[in-house]
Amino acid sequence: MTEEEKRKVVIPGEVIAKGDDYLPGEGTEKREKEIVAIKYGLIEEQDRLIKVIPLSGVYIPRRGNVVIGTVENITYYGWVMNIGASENAFIPVSEFPKYIDNEDLEEVISIGEVVVAKVLGITKRGIDLTMKSSGLGRVEEGIIIKINSNKVPRVIGKGGSMINLIKTETNTNITVGQNGIIWIKGSKIEEELLAKKAIVFVSEKSYIHGLTDKLKEWIEEQKKK
Amino acid sequence: MTTKEFKREDGRKLDETREIKAEVGIIPNADGSAMFAFGDTIAIAAVYGPRQMYPQHQKNPEKSVLRCNYSMLSFSVNDRIRPGPNRRSMEISKITEWALEPVLMIEQFPNMVIDVYIAILQANASTRCAGINAAAMALAHAGIPMKDLVSSVSIGKLDKHLVVDLNKKEEDYEEGEGATDMPFAFFSNEDKITLMQLDGNISTKQYKEAIELAKKACKKIYEVQKEALKKTIGEGD
Amino acid sequence: METSRLTIERIVNYLSEGKRFDGRSTDEFREIIIETGISKNAEGSARVKLGKTEVIVGVKLGLGEPYPDSPDAGNLMVTAELLPLSSDRFESGPPGIESIELARVIDRGIRESKFIDFKKLCITEGKKVWTVFVDIYSMNDDGNLLDAAGIGVIAAIKDAKMLKYDEEKEKVIFSEHTKDKLPLSKNVPFSLTMHKIGDKWIVDPTREEEEASESRLTVSISEDILYAMQKGNLKEISIKEAGELMDLAERVWKKVFPKIEKQIK
Repeated sequence: MTEEEKRKVVIPGEVIAKGDDYLPGEGTEKREKEIVAIKYGLIEEQDRLIKVIPLSGVYIPRRGNVVIGTVENITYYGWVMNIGASENAFIPVSEFPKYIDNEDLEEVISIGEVVVAKVLGITKRGIDLTMKSSGLGRVEEGIIIKINSNKVPRVIGKGGSMINLIKTETNTNITVGQNGIIWIKGSKIEEELLAKKAIVFVSEKSYIHGLTDKLKEWIEEQKKK
Repeated sequence: MTTKEFKREDGRKLDETREIKAEVGIIPNADGSAMFAFGDTIAIAAVYGPRQMYPQHQKNPEKSVLRCNYSMLSFSVNDRIRPGPNRRSMEISKITEWALEPVLMIEQFPNMVIDVYIAILQANASTRCAGINAAAMALAHAGIPMKDLVSSVSIGKLDKHLVVDLNKKEEDYEEGEGATDMPFAFFSNEDKITLMQLDGNISTKQYKEAIELAKKACKKIYEVQKEALKKTIGEGD
Repeated sequence: METSRLTIERIVNYLSEGKRFDGRSTDEFREIIIETGISKNAEGSARVKLGKTEVIVGVKLGLGEPYPDSPDAGNLMVTAELLPLSSDRFESGPPGIESIELARVIDRGIRESKFIDFKKLCITEGKKVWTVFVDIYSMNDDGNLLDAAGIGVIAAIKDAKMLKYDEEKEKVIFSEHTKDKLPLSKNVPFSLTMHKIGDKWIVDPTREEEEASESRLTVSISEDILYAMQKGNLKEISIKEAGELMDLAERVWKKVFPKIEKQIK
């Protein structure tokens, strides 16, 4: 890989820009006349706004995020979910699409099962999730993998271009949780494993330009094998 | 004897560190990891978190807790160390927390913990400094928001002469006024000190010189830390 | 993160056709990379990588008193620390059962195979002998730490040099190695762990395969001789299977051991 293909990297404490021509965006801080990085990542400039796009770090849930999690515990009122955030999330029984009796929670979704859900809100009490929307619900079968949540935008690509390419080329269905948990379902395990490798390829190469073309080449090579 | 005539046992200049090596991303399972070496002193650091904190009663509702754990592998020194914590490693763990936390912006992670594990693979003095340098890189690598990086070095006084980055033989120097060991850590880009310790004998006036010498050496150390981080961006999943 | 139950189901299904996620055959190891002499202050040391799994092993010598039942033989002490640095499933604190078991199984392999010639480690019969400390540390856990440790132990022991012993002062000079190697025999105990996933047996599992495993058998083997064994986990093993595992162990030893030997010569 040539240097040109790599995007510019900064580390915390590094001065990115001087003077008043720029505005500090996410992952940066203004200190007197300088814009300084406060995170390790790639620089992105939009008009006058300078941001640092991190490629590592913990998942911070935001309202409306679709996430994938595992049922960790069941209470009388709902399901306690591990979504890989710093605390567990909760799906109240009222956020299940159909009416269920509080006594029957375990029969609907049991401990260890995987669920696609959406973040309803984040309160002092914790993270609340819902299953009331299309595409949400219990996952029946497939492969579950995990990547760093900060790499999710690269795996999805602009307007879903990257993930759609992977889906088409591998003939699979893929749901990418914003928390970095990804569900892959194909008709053959080989297809699921190829999709998994393609996602890992994108996530490991998130720092280079022209990744879509690189991925196409890579998939062609894999198929020849 | 004047400063110019003083010869270090390994032939280094007075203000010269041993060969520095640094690498990021050496432990795939960790959220962030790094290796840092001053010559034969090799430190490895891994960061996990911010993550849920156990035991619960140690949680801090204002910010994340930084929990450092420094340990020397049993065979890192000549005389085998019994595995497990001891008084020395517990103290170094604590001063490492104090050296690193000032740069961390962890108010946004209340009730959580960031675990930093430092293992000394091979020891030839200055292990705490190597550990802090590795840990600072590992924290950045883990995506923790930070005001700055931290760089650390030890200054020695051998007889009357200040030297940078003590090795074991120098630590045991016995001639004249003997050896004084002074580890330092700084914000890499600012004049802020986060670690000061001293073992030996030195005048207050000369200690001021030691601070300046340490800061200068840390600038070079920082360049190596920076380069290692920039080289490995985004590798791994 | 723990492997999802769904992924485990897939691993089991795929293995029922004899296939593994990373394309290996059931009796195939990942790439083994061995580096020796990685820690200068140790008498011997090694780093072993099995795919993404990594362990570090160091050998130190010390002086001790012999045990009453073996007054003319040196001592062996094997410890393992599964460092929280190497995986989020390990915690700080006193060693857990997993690390204790690992060290004990490896200890038995070395002892029973007589890989180290302990008789040659006696200084004064009944009074003073060498103690060989073998310390194992996990650096990154992606499954099969035990076999990685076993390989590391062989490499570190083969790498080890004797320390200088001052006979007049009756003291060890800890900073001075002699040219002599640790006295060894020809029996090299190779530790091999076989795991049962669904109805298939595999070797060198990744972490997710380990989580799918219901039964395991570790053997310490050299050619066709067994020196130590440990059945782990709940699922029972039929007599017929146990016989087949003996053949599997011999076959894997033939395939894998030369690769290890090549790297530590």
